[in-house]
Parts: sequence; C-alpha cells; structure tokens
Amino acid sequence: MAIIRFDAVQRTFSQGGKDFVALKDIDFEVQDREFVAIVGPSGCGKTTCMRMAAGLEHPTGGHVYVDRDEVTKPGPDRAVVFQAFALFPWKTVWDNIEFGLVSLGIDAAERKRRIEQHIELMGLGGYEQAYPHQLSGGMQQRVAIARAYVLDPKVLLMDEPFGALDAQTRVVMQEELVRLARTHPRTVLFITHAVEEAVYLADRIVVMSRRPGTIREIVDVKSIRVAEGWDQHKRIEDVMDLPSFVHLRTHVWKLLREQQAGELH
Amino acid sequence: MLEPRLDPARFLALSAAGAASFFLFWSAAALAGLTSREFLPAPWDVAARFSQLAVEPFAGFTLFQHLLSSFQRFAFGFVLAVAIGIPLGLLMAWFRWIDRIVAPVFEAVRFIAPIAWVPFAALWFGTGIGGPVLIIFMGAFPAVLINTYRGAKNVERKYIEASQMLGASSWRSMTEVLLPAAVPSIVAGLRISAGLGWQSLVGAELIVASSGVGYLMVKGQAAVSTATVMSGMIAIGVVGLLIDVALRRVQQLIETRRGL
Repeated sequence: MAIIRFDAVQRTFSQGGKDFVALKDIDFEVQDREFVAIVGPSGCGKTTCMRMAAGLEHPTGGHVYVDRDEVTKPGPDRAVVFQAFALFPWKTVWDNIEFGLVSLGIDAAERKRRIEQHIELMGLGGYEQAYPHQLSGGMQQRVAIARAYVLDPKVLLMDEPFGALDAQTRVVMQEELVRLARTHPRTVLFITHAVEEAVYLADRIVVMSRRPGTIREIVDVKSIRVAEGWDQHKRIEDVMDLPSFVHLRTHVWKLLREQQAGELH
Repeated sequence: MLEPRLDPARFLALSAAGAASFFLFWSAAALAGLTSREFLPAPWDVAARFSQLAVEPFAGFTLFQHLLSSFQRFAFGFVLAVAIGIPLGLLMAWFRWIDRIVAPVFEAVRFIAPIAWVPFAALWFGTGIGGPVLIIFMGAFPAVLINTYRGAKNVERKYIEASQMLGASSWRSMTEVLLPAAVPSIVAGLRISAGLGWQSLVGAELIVASSGVGYLMVKGQAAVSTATVMSGMIAIGVVGLLIDVALRRVQQLIETRRGL
C-alpha cells in the first residue's frame, strides 16, 4: 500500500502578472517504510514537493495523498524536520520534544516514557533541560529529529536536514540516520541537493530537473545496496569507496549534469 | 559621526560639567532678581521646599503620601492596560477577523491624547478613582497593544509552521509560541507604555479632588509657589526614572535568560 502519492502534481506561481511553472507532472509514490530521496539542483522545486506532502503548501494541479487521504493542512501524522531546525528557543529540549505529544492528547505517563526513549535513541542524555541555544547545530538537529520521531508519524519529511551543519557533523548525522532507518524503519521523504548523501541514505532516488521541475528518472538504490552488502560497513567512507557506490553516484550526477546541455520543457 | 566611545573619566567629567552649567545658569537667573523668589526660586530654595514637603503636609498630605496616591492610580491604569493589551494583541495577531474588527476602532481612538480624555472622564467618573485610571490607561494601552501585536506578527514563519505541524491548537499557538516569541517586543512596549502612563498622571489628577502629585502641583500653582510645583515635577521625574530603570532591568534579565 502506497503511503505518499504524488498524482499529476503541478505547481504554478504568479508573479507580477506572469505565470511561471515551478513543478510539472510530478508522479511518484513512496511505499510503506521506504526511504525516498529527492535530489535536484537549487530551485528545482524539491522542497516544494516536501512542503506539499506536509500540507504547508498546496499544488495548483493534481493531488498529494498520504495514506489515501488528500493532504490539506499540516499535522503530526506528517512530521517535518526542517533545515533550520525550528526548535522553540524558549523551551527546553524536553519541552520541545513533548510539544507535539500534547497535541495528540497523550497522557503524561506515556509522554514521559516516549520522550525518555527518544532522548536515549538520539543520544541526548543529560541535555533534557538545556535550551537550544546552548546546543551545537548537530545536537539541535538531533532534537528536531527526536521531536518528529516521537510522534510516531505516518510519514517523516526531511528538508535538507543536514544542510546547516558543518561537514564533519553532517557525516556523523548521516551515519546515525542510516542506523535509525535500518533499526526503526519509517516512510521517509528526504530532500537534498547532495548526491552522495542521497545514495548513502535512500532506497530510491527521485532525480529532478531544473525549473520547471520534472522527474528525470527514479533510481533504485536498495537492490544494489543489499546485493553489494553496503550495510556491513560501519563507516560512511568505507561505503563511499565501494565501486558499486561510486557507479551509482556517478549515474545520478550524470542525470543532473545532462540538463545543462539543453532546456527541458 | 561615528566617533570612538568616550572613556569613563571623560564621560563623567562631561556629564558633571553639563549638570553644573545648568545649575549655575539657574542660580544666576534666580539671584539676578528679575522676578520675585516665589516666582523663580533658586535651586537651594527648591531643595528646601522639597525637604519641607517630605515631612509637612501640604494640600492635605506629605509629598510621599501624595506620591503613593498617584502611584496607586498609575498601577491600576497600567495593570489594566497590560491585562487587556497583551491578550488582545495576541488575538489580533492570530485571528485575522479579530484584527479587522478591532483595528479601525483602535486606530481612530489612539491619536486622541490622554489628556483629551479628561473632560470625558470627569463627566463619567466625577472625582472617583475611575477618572485618573481611565486616562492613565489611555496613555499606556496603545503601546502595549501595538508592541504585542507587532511582536506576535513578526514571529518567524518557521516557528508557526513547526507549531502547525505539531498539531497545536489556536490557544497553544498563542500562549506557547506567539507569546514567548513576542516577549522582547512586549517588554519593550511595557517600558514605553509605563513611561507614557506615568506622564499622563498630571493630566489625570487635574480632576481629582483630594490627593496625588498632580493635585499637589495644581495647589502649589494656586498658592503661587513655584518651588512647590517644581518639587512635584522633581518627584514625578525621579519616580518615572525609577520605573524605567526597573523595567529595563527586567528586560535585561529576560534577554540573558534567552541567550540573546
């Protein structure tokens, strides 16, 4: 059963009397507990796709469905991890994670249990009473991920979540996310412009073209990852060294590059 | 014009020089005998009168009793302005329809200076406490409402989107997201409105029969005692400064706590 479905989605903006097409003919599905990454150049509309699945924006044509219901507005069933973290600066780590659980009407004892579980899961032990400004970028993003995971959402939407982090922290977070995704699989839609990140994390990659954003190709990664045993390697650099990884990464790169040869309409 | 900051020694010296010149000029004018000493008292005459008023009742009470009376009225008016202004500002920021209903009325009324409400207050409240409280409220309210509204409206979109994604109700959005985010703006508004409310005090007390610093000053004027009037002005100025200093401290505390 498909969990996220983009059905002939179009997104057109009007600016100063002129229409310009941001997204065109977006058709794809994210299956249950599948990790799908959308990769594309800046401005291709990949973040817009995620925001439509989240209910923060709406398509001008076509529909977006999550679990067969059309998406109309944001909610805790479609948890978002934002690039800019968006943690509430006036709340502690604990209160930030708790915020969405209160909306779900979960009682105090169950909330406590879940929060403690996720504090441990994301390695936030000892930081429960800290405020976001006291934490590093990587820690803040961990809190943001915990805040989303704790809701037990139907789908997880991640908008370039590691974009604001430095290179070393980014790598650590990627390894952690992979660990999390393999042990606690969820339906994930992950937006990034970093090809290697997508190849490392995703089951499938939706490669988008430049504006007007359309789908160039959907690349299957999982079959290769499983066949070549990538998960046996703990370290990201060991995986990225494998010929099968390099081949796949280059393939995606080429798809992105080809667009500069001619305009796509 | 961006000159380097003055070192503390020069800063103090210049400030002292400024104050000293002011007093020198004042004393000279008083001693020159241009008018009577009741009309233009010397600085030391005013100081003497001030100390006298502190212990001897004039117009019914000592200076500090008058001050207390005034401060009570101010407190009522200010607290009322805050109690209505903050919730209303948040509601207007969150619910467009509330904004549309309230804004036109508010905009129409807010440019009426507090003192212009005196005749209206006299008609409606006579010499009861309601009159001064109304006027102080009219002085304090606009700044509270505007700063709350602006602070809430300017909350970064990412926090609104996060709270929507997390399923927050309107109530929780206003109290747990808008209000905390708007606190710096609200506190700045409190400082401004406290100042404006306190300044509206004399106007407020023109219609009160029996106590208050404004009342003291009016009585002093009737007795042609400039020193009394000036003592009242000094008292008003000092208390106004203290209120501002206290609120500035609150502002600083809040800013440190939020790591700004």
